[in-house]
Amino acid sequence: MSNASKNGNGNGKYKVIGTRPIRHDGVDKVTGRAAYGIDTHLGGMLYGQILRSPHPYARIRGIDTSKAKALKGVRAVITAADLPPSEADEVLNLVEGSFRLKDLRSNILADEKVFYQGHSVAAVAATNLHIAEEALQLIEVDYEILPHVDDVVAAMRDDAPLLHEDLTTKEFGEDTGKNSNIASHIQFKLGDLEKGFAESDIIVEEEFETASVHQGYIESHNATAEWKTDGQLTVWTSTQGAFGVQKQTAAILGLPVSKVRVVPMEIGGGFGGKIPVYLAPQAAILSKKCGHPVKIVMTRADVFRSTGPTPSSYVKVKLGADNSGKLLAAQATIAFAAGAFPGSPVGAGAVCVLSCYAIPNGLVDGYDVVLNRPRSAAYRAPGSTQVNLAVETLMDEIAVKLGMDPIELRLLNAAEEGTRRVDGAVYPVVGCRETLEQTKVHEHYLAPLSGPHQGRGVATGFWMNAGLKSTVTANVNEDGTVNLMEGSTDIGGSRASIAMQFAEVLGLPAEAVNPMVGDTASVGYTELTGGSRVTFATGWAAYEAAQEVKKILIGKAALYWETTEDEVRFEEGDFVHSTDPEKRLTFKELAGHLVDLGGPVVGTGAVDPNSGVGGSFTTCIADVEVDPETGKIKILRFTMIQDAGTAIHPSYVEGQMQGGSVQGIGWALNEEYFYNEGRMQNASFLDYRIPTCLDVPMIETVIVEVPHPDHPFGVRGVGEASIAPPPAAIANAIYDAVGIRLHELPMRPDRVLAACLAKEEAEAATANG
Amino acid sequence: MNSKAHVKTTINGEEMEFLCEPRQSLLEVLRDDLGLTGTKEGCNDGNCGACSVIIDNVLVNACLVFAVEIQGCRVFTIEGLASPEGLHPLQQKFLENASLQCGICTPGFLVAAKALLDHNPDPTEHEVRHWLAGNLCRCTGYDKIVRAVLKAAEVGRETTAPAGSSN
Amino acid sequence: MQNFEYLAPETLSEAVNLLAGNEGQTRVLAGGTDLIVQLRQGALSADHVLDVKHLPECNELGYAPSEGLTIGAAVPCHRIYNDGAIADAYPGLIDAAAIIGGIQVQGRATFGGNLCNASPSADSIPILIAYGAECVIAGPQGNRRVAVEDFCTAPGKNILEKGELLVALHLPSVQKSSGAHYLRFIPRYEMDIAVVGAGASVQLDEGGKMFVQARIGLAAVAPTPLFAREAGQLLSGKEVSEESIETAALAAQSIARPISDMRAPADYRKHLVKVLTRRALLGAIRRARGEFVPNAVQENGQ
Repeated sequence: MSNASKNGNGNGKYKVIGTRPIRHDGVDKVTGRAAYGIDTHLGGMLYGQILRSPHPYARIRGIDTSKAKALKGVRAVITAADLPPSEADEVLNLVEGSFRLKDLRSNILADEKVFYQGHSVAAVAATNLHIAEEALQLIEVDYEILPHVDDVVAAMRDDAPLLHEDLTTKEFGEDTGKNSNIASHIQFKLGDLEKGFAESDIIVEEEFETASVHQGYIESHNATAEWKTDGQLTVWTSTQGAFGVQKQTAAILGLPVSKVRVVPMEIGGGFGGKIPVYLAPQAAILSKKCGHPVKIVMTRADVFRSTGPTPSSYVKVKLGADNSGKLLAAQATIAFAAGAFPGSPVGAGAVCVLSCYAIPNGLVDGYDVVLNRPRSAAYRAPGSTQVNLAVETLMDEIAVKLGMDPIELRLLNAAEEGTRRVDGAVYPVVGCRETLEQTKVHEHYLAPLSGPHQGRGVATGFWMNAGLKSTVTANVNEDGTVNLMEGSTDIGGSRASIAMQFAEVLGLPAEAVNPMVGDTASVGYTELTGGSRVTFATGWAAYEAAQEVKKILIGKAALYWETTEDEVRFEEGDFVHSTDPEKRLTFKELAGHLVDLGGPVVGTGAVDPNSGVGGSFTTCIADVEVDPETGKIKILRFTMIQDAGTAIHPSYVEGQMQGGSVQGIGWALNEEYFYNEGRMQNASFLDYRIPTCLDVPMIETVIVEVPHPDHPFGVRGVGEASIAPPPAAIANAIYDAVGIRLHELPMRPDRVLAACLAKEEAEAATANG
Repeated sequence: MNSKAHVKTTINGEEMEFLCEPRQSLLEVLRDDLGLTGTKEGCNDGNCGACSVIIDNVLVNACLVFAVEIQGCRVFTIEGLASPEGLHPLQQKFLENASLQCGICTPGFLVAAKALLDHNPDPTEHEVRHWLAGNLCRCTGYDKIVRAVLKAAEVGRETTAPAGSSN
Repeated sequence: MQNFEYLAPETLSEAVNLLAGNEGQTRVLAGGTDLIVQLRQGALSADHVLDVKHLPECNELGYAPSEGLTIGAAVPCHRIYNDGAIADAYPGLIDAAAIIGGIQVQGRATFGGNLCNASPSADSIPILIAYGAECVIAGPQGNRRVAVEDFCTAPGKNILEKGELLVALHLPSVQKSSGAHYLRFIPRYEMDIAVVGAGASVQLDEGGKMFVQARIGLAAVAPTPLFAREAGQLLSGKEVSEESIETAALAAQSIARPISDMRAPADYRKHLVKVLTRRALLGAIRRARGEFVPNAVQENGQ
């Protein structure tokens, strides 16, 4: 559309925005100097290890730590008894949701019961890692094994083993008092569903299941804690949000937040999985007991068994359309496995499921279900990928049935400004249609396929994006550079995208801004790095900080010229005397005079923008080749076309799109938590198969820029939406290649083959009949 | 038994000595005892490549080597890649191509890619992907990493090309 | 990991004496890519770890067209595939050496260790069986030789007695008009453990039309790697044809008794045995006829 540009040129409106400077933290990261959480090393530091439950569900009858404590080199052993007691109804409100404090504490150290294999039971601190490990084997836990449930549909049944005696179902926000593994049932309604289906010429309906997958960040969870004798606790850790760790750790330990300082180290990936706290409280208590700093790093197996998988899901969707392809009605039932404690992103799934289209009549039911698996955590567009598979597969079925081009079908129904979503939200300016228009004319979409058993599929996805609170403080140096202190963990280049927005305002080169991530004691309150929000909201805070710096500097220039502020203009990066244009100071020149002009120039931006205005839409094209003898899928070509709003640093925008695409490809084809008897069988990077570089081609990208209507630079946020549509696009491509529909993720080779063989059999039966 | 072993070795061209328990991996000694934390730990079982180092010109995972085994060996780690004069072309191309997001896998990729270019200065895209398949990256989707390695190879060929052949 | 004593003998007799005389559990270390992981996970324990990388016999990599190939038990994969003469003579070995783990693992992992680890899914074993390789074993009573197909006895178990050490593998010299190929099925394109592996070697007549003989080895379809003896024998004297290959593939499939696990269901594995045996034979035949069949490193390889 008219205000959309393509491929991150920023419409030529900007000097810094839309360019590709080298990231400020780059040299440290390519030389091995950057200090990540796992690199933390303090004098006198001890090493901690966690004992974890081997059972999916058991009552703890007793724990004997005496032998472990007696081992030479062991300095402390702790259990749930070392945590403060919990009131039944104490709730901690976090950005990512509200949680019962007793659940958060139980996940740190199990008290009465273990709810999943990998549930933390005790922790040890010793003089080295190996001794700590040996000590774990000396801890004796007396378990009474309970019958477990680890399937989401089974867990919802009335006769399923119950996890929490005090958990009752909340129905549409009201407590039903009914004891069940269904923590909550939510519902969205729009229009008249029955009428919509009655008027439909074509109705498609299918059930889908997706396995749990892990975020798969390469750096394990870690925390180093030092509890000093003055009662002040410091935690060094890899986290997506230092203030969230502060709040959670303080609540779990029963401390005021002022007693906890959290230092966010460089972070080796997160994707949502490094929002919860897993190790800081144990490290803190161990440190308090020993009087030394204690560092805990999870093993990779523990990362898989004990942290953040995304929920497994059951999704049933029914779509109705008229013969022109116009959608008239849609119904979705979504059940997400929250893991051991309530709090899956089923609400987000319920928003996303019908989000790409204008559908007048809709009904969505969502269920948050607890079962004997690790507490689930956010993973890139949490909840969107699971539901996208269902809707986008059915859209493909409609297109096939109507003989329509799948992009034309989507264009006919595309959400746009003014579309009312099933949850009631009305879209402002959004870029759904623009991504589809760009797809339709993309060379990839128009290119012929080149061989047998090849197919092409498309799918469109959505993520709402978040706003949330951010703070940035800018200090002007006398050499004309600026130190920018911000609170957002830099997980993928956000120092650069924040600094660039600051630089744009003041006409500075990106290199003149020195962005730094502060700890909870040195920067204003800033919420997590997640929700595709950092470049949007922290960038907005940087914009505000730059405005304040500009305002102060105008005052300084007026002082310098002994005139009034209204006589000074800021143009093209220079401060200019309005009535005496000969008088002109560059930013650098003016900064050079600061000491004589009353000293420090500090600008602050503290923002809380409305969350999620507009969101990000994305469409992808996948070409696959199916080996009909083995069921193996090869991704031949892959293109992601996403509305990023204004792209600040196009290289890192592309990077987000490429990374999300490949995570989506992994989710589609091979990644899954493989359970047997409630125990994860594949807790390693050997058998939890994230894509290697041989599994994927180059990932082509088209950045569509439909500017965010409210953001000062039109930033929308780009990090998450790209993970949602790849599985459906690949499923549709497989259908195009060999005529089979898969309704279950991952689309493993054995499943593809079984479906191919079943199709052959069915065709043979038809031919013979 | 079980007293510490004395190991003499060369790391990034410098002779070094250390004491270690036999059960300590090279990765553990590099990171925890020698302060060389540029070599990252991702999985500690040989499946992610974050701890890639080069021992006597052979690319290996430091987590799958006992430190006692490197007696008399020459070890190369990420800390040895840049020189006082500046970055290695691979490092420069990684920066120019935005080939890192979180950066935790980057040292491993760089060391592995250096070993590749030492061994094969003119790799095809397939050869790059095959060589780097033992290095996992969860952020980038590999596209920009593979491109950077191919571009660094070009730089390497240009700088080592015989006089008169540059164009 | 439990601590242990590290031993690095420099002569074979010293090594055998240590293995025979040590009390407690002595584990042999070559590349360590399996051993170190298993010790760390607690799947194995060790009081002593005996490094064989300082034994000259274990480091030998000797090839002469008339004598065959000797691969010392401590020779890592990369030395094998970087030796041009060996790669030309035994391309099937390279198929396997180039896919065991990533490049980093191939820098350390050895065929000898892969064999001693006795995993049913070991990539090197089917092709060693297909090539008719023998194990050279040293022990307190002297050396003995055992066919590779007789070496593994159960998952993680082999025939080595206390005091015995695998010193080398020996492959017979390559006959004219012969070729070999190994391939495996994995869900990804690298880094996985074989869901099924199949290695075949064939010798054809001079015209390349008839099988003189064939040997087939299989991985991940039974508690040990399998020698599909009959499947190979069925081809002797037969014409090279779709039918004969199919017959051999079915015979190989008939002896497979795979399990279901996280890597694949049993019936799927059973299906793959036939497909992979056929493909391995086809690759071996093409190589016997002098045609190019890529390995994993080469363009258009898997």
